[in-house]
Amino acid sequence: MTTKIKTGAYYKTKNITLNVLIHLFLISVAVTCIYPFLWMFMSSFKTSESIFRDIALFPSHFHFENYVQAIRDGDFGRYFLNSLMYTVFVVMGIVIISSMAAYAFSRFQFPGKNAIFYVFLAAMMIPIPGSFVALYVLLNKLHLRDTPIGYILCMINVGLSTSIFMLKTFFDKMPKELEDAARIDGCSKLGIWWHVALPLSKPVLAVVVVFNALNVWNEYILALIIFDSPKYMPLQVALEKFRGEYFTNYPVLMAALTITALPIIILYILMQKHIIKGITQGAVVG
Amino acid sequence: MRLRDTLENYLFVLPAVAIFTIFYILPFIWVFQFSFFDWDGISPAKVFIGFDNFKEILFQDPSWWRSMVNVSWITFIALTFQNALAFMLALACDREMKMKNFYRVIFFIPPVLSEMVVGMVWSFIISDVSGANIINRFLISIGLGQFAHNWLSDPNTALTTVAVIHSWKGFGWGFLLFLAGLQTIPRELYEAARVDGANAWEQFKNITIPLMIPVATMVVILTILGTMQSFVLIRGLVGGEFAGHTSVPVLRILASMQGSSRFGYACSQGITFGVLLVTISFIQNKVSQKVRQA
Repeated sequence: MTTKIKTGAYYKTKNITLNVLIHLFLISVAVTCIYPFLWMFMSSFKTSESIFRDIALFPSHFHFENYVQAIRDGDFGRYFLNSLMYTVFVVMGIVIISSMAAYAFSRFQFPGKNAIFYVFLAAMMIPIPGSFVALYVLLNKLHLRDTPIGYILCMINVGLSTSIFMLKTFFDKMPKELEDAARIDGCSKLGIWWHVALPLSKPVLAVVVVFNALNVWNEYILALIIFDSPKYMPLQVALEKFRGEYFTNYPVLMAALTITALPIIILYILMQKHIIKGITQGAVVG
Repeated sequence: MRLRDTLENYLFVLPAVAIFTIFYILPFIWVFQFSFFDWDGISPAKVFIGFDNFKEILFQDPSWWRSMVNVSWITFIALTFQNALAFMLALACDREMKMKNFYRVIFFIPPVLSEMVVGMVWSFIISDVSGANIINRFLISIGLGQFAHNWLSDPNTALTTVAVIHSWKGFGWGFLLFLAGLQTIPRELYEAARVDGANAWEQFKNITIPLMIPVATMVVILTILGTMQSFVLIRGLVGGEFAGHTSVPVLRILASMQGSSRFGYACSQGITFGVLLVTISFIQNKVSQKVRQA
């Protein structure tokens, strides 16, 4: 009896030291994940002089004029709205187009169905690192280069394959009873897709929306080659241009970086369950 | 009636197929077509030159091979340092604890932010002029002040610094996948092994490792494909190729296109590189199948 208690206590102390070590390891890594962005945020309230002297993370005085300067002189209000507009339109386009296609792939029969689906699937597997060169030529020919619509169409295409795949997987597992009932009531195919299938697929639509929103907001290379006019540029490309002009003014740059990063951090914190679920369920974004 | 029905079905996939054909399949074919031409991308003068572009890449372009060596080094660091860190963190989190979800959320902050933002923030944090250089301050505080310098503007350390920051940005992916994999291992297996007298190391070696091979394979493929094609982080950190010290293949393709207006050559570089990526993931898949069967 006594030996039993002794071994129990022994394991407990050993587990406590082990637990402390494990948590120290985890916390130190967690700190490195947060510190750079906290530093970015705090530095955006300092001045050019105090950023060198004020080594403390928290500024002694909060200077909001860096944001005023980034928005007024750097035109970051416009870039923010550009990014927002591209994200909204691309995500809407992807949700409608990919859910229609995925619904057809899951429910309907038509010649060539499997062949078309496998072509979409193959596109997820084959990387073409030079595709932006050909896209540049294509958009030039279509007179869509340096236009928002050209960029939006390219970005819809980028998210299409994975979204179709995720939605089809979901539709395949979804029971058909409600759709059958709607058909008996005289609902058209389009009506069933819109009124029955889409509302039922909300859980997977949330994952599709979040992943594509992150992807469009963070996109860089296509925006770089498609846009010449600053008035159309999204944030990621504008940042690089802005750095060239404001290289010495760190706090204003940090304000511009915060304007770019903060919406993503907020979206991530609100939607983290969906994001983590999406990744762990099958590594959807490769 | 039957015909109308079929047409209606096609209508559902038509928008997706149309966009995909114009913006994926057509450019895909064009990349192959352009690679046999000498062309500036705009003028009508398009000269067919056969395999000359590919010959030039393979035999006459040291800057291309330098970018391949650079990206291989970054990938090596990502495969070892980044994935080892991800796996250790996943093991540390694979237990009953309250903070598990907190860590899961925090470790995935760097991956959700763009490479441009991460690159620019780090370039300011570790640049010399700012008093914010925590790495140098740390080195000075532990008495290694002679090693404190601007890691990104020194040609000897720039590439490895890029690789380490890339690993820091990406380990959250591996962590999530490894942790999800670890949690699918039935706890009864460990209990049975404990009853049979297996110690922690034996349990790890004979249960955890073999059952994690499929997940590890996926993580390795994703790491290789992701790291080899990344370049925006480098633009954010050092602004570009840094006279070749931090050049990578995609930056070379971009330079061929934008810098020297050689669209045909850029496409050949893209194909050469794409073939390599597909081959790597194919071999990786075959090898892991062998390992799983053995």
